[in-house]
This record gives sequence, C-alpha cells and structure tokens, in this order.
Amino acid sequence: MKNAVSRGAAAWLAAVLGAATLPAHADEADRPAVSSPLYRDECGTCHVAFAPRLLPAQSWQRVMGQLSNHYAVDASIDAARARELLAWLQAHAADGHRAAVPPHDRITESAWFLSEHKEVPAAVWQRPAVRKPSNCGACHTRADEGSFRERDIVIPK
Amino acid sequence: MKDPSRSMAAALAAGLVVFASFPARAVTPSEQLSRYAAEAGRAPEAVRGRQFFTTVHGREWSCATCHGATPVVPGQHAGTGKAIGALAPAANGERFTDAAKTDKWFRRNCNDVVGRECTAAEKADTLAWLLSLTRGVPR
Repeated sequence: MKNAVSRGAAAWLAAVLGAATLPAHADEADRPAVSSPLYRDECGTCHVAFAPRLLPAQSWQRVMGQLSNHYAVDASIDAARARELLAWLQAHAADGHRAAVPPHDRITESAWFLSEHKEVPAAVWQRPAVRKPSNCGACHTRADEGSFRERDIVIPK
Repeated sequence: MKDPSRSMAAALAAGLVVFASFPARAVTPSEQLSRYAAEAGRAPEAVRGRQFFTTVHGREWSCATCHGATPVVPGQHAGTGKAIGALAPAANGERFTDAAKTDKWFRRNCNDVVGRECTAAEKADTLAWLLSLTRGVPR
C-alpha cells in the first residue's frame, strides 16, 4: 500500500516536472530493492543476483524446477532451500509491463529488456568488460543490489 | 526486572535451536581431505589431482577453465564472467571449511566438467593438490 502511494507520488512528480527525459519506467527501476542472504548465496555466486522483479512468477517456477540443468549448468540445491527461494522469488516477481513470460525464461530476451537497451551500440556489448547482456553489473553498478537507476549506470570503456 | 537465570536459559535454548538448524559444523580442509581419502581407501596423490583439475574430461570445461590453472588467484566463471574467489585454501581461508558446501560444489561442478559425480579418490587427489599450493607464485 505504502509502495503504491509512493509510486503514485513519483509518477505525479514526474508529470508535474514534465520530466520527459526520465526513462519510461523510472517507477519500476526505482522500486525498492529486495534482498535475501539465501538468494545471494545460492544464486548470486555464479551470476548477478538478478532482481526477482525482472522475471514473472511463472518463469521463476520453471527456472527453480530445473536447477540441475540451469541454462546448461548444474545449479542444483537441496529441495527445502529451492522451495524457500521459489516462494521468495514469486512474492517479488515481475508485474505490470514486465509480467509477460519472456522467450526461454530469459530476462535478456524479454521485450522490455530489448526495448530499454535498444540505444546501446553493438560495440558496447562486445567490450571485454561486458561480453553478455546478462552481465548487468558491467554497466549497472548496483545491479547486485537490484538497483538499475539511471544515475548508477557507468558504461565501461 | 527479568529473572537473569531465565533469560540465560532462554538464550541457551535459542542458541541450541540455531545450532540445531545449522548441522554443518565447521571443518578444516585437512579434515575433509581425510574424509575423502578414507572413503577412497587409498592415500591422496596431489600430482593426480593437478592433472585431474587442469585437463578436460570429454566436455567443454575443465576445473581450471573457471578456477585458473593455479587457483591461488581469483578465477572467472566461463559462462557468466563473474569473479570466483581463489580456490586454494592458502589464498582463501573460507575454502573447504563447510562440509555441506564442499560436497554441493563438487557435485555440481563435477557434473558440468566430468558429466558425473567425482569419485572420492578424485576429490581427495584434487584437494591434496589444492592444499599443496602456496600463495608465493610470481605475479
């Protein structure tokens, strides 16, 4: 409730300020980051601890249901932890314009991801410090905390 | 004012609950080496461990692909590019101090590298080699 109010207030403020330069989904990007020590430990060791709001609940269910073949890598964990993580991921899963299930349950193949990155030149993606679109932290310096604010973006040379 | 003895008892009980919910007890890398060696039924051989670690086993990655050929320095995940802390205990005091964690990562990574779980002998050899590494390598 409080969140809805503050998001409404942010939208109002943006409208009043006529902030046309703000990203279209500033409210989503500024959503308070959620964190879980279990999630960071179990999932954030091999890759960015992708914010749960970047995938819909249905995708999280599939991802967590096939951890022994997790994008071609064995990421299996014990069943109790998997259940706990799935519940947490689904409680904080994508809604609104990100709720559509992306191809292959990949964040980087979702329509909103492609749209929000369409201005990034191909050469930037190929830089050694970036390499893959899933390497969020290469440019989003606070991606591991689930923050994707414009002001935290630093494109590596 | 609370009865201090009751507070103490409550704290003790809470401590026991916390302890019971984390059955994994802290172990040393050497203790884990002994466990694998006992299971393997032979003495570990560091030279074989090095060989096992640095060669591919019919799949795309070896252990060294991500951890580096001499893992006293940080490695990098071959798939995601994420940094991996040094694996050798001499360079990273947290390594091989949690038996459940050690078993979990051997299980997962052996599946990715070898396509099956590693044998106790393979784990013992590898750990023996990792324990033989020291930090004093040239930069």
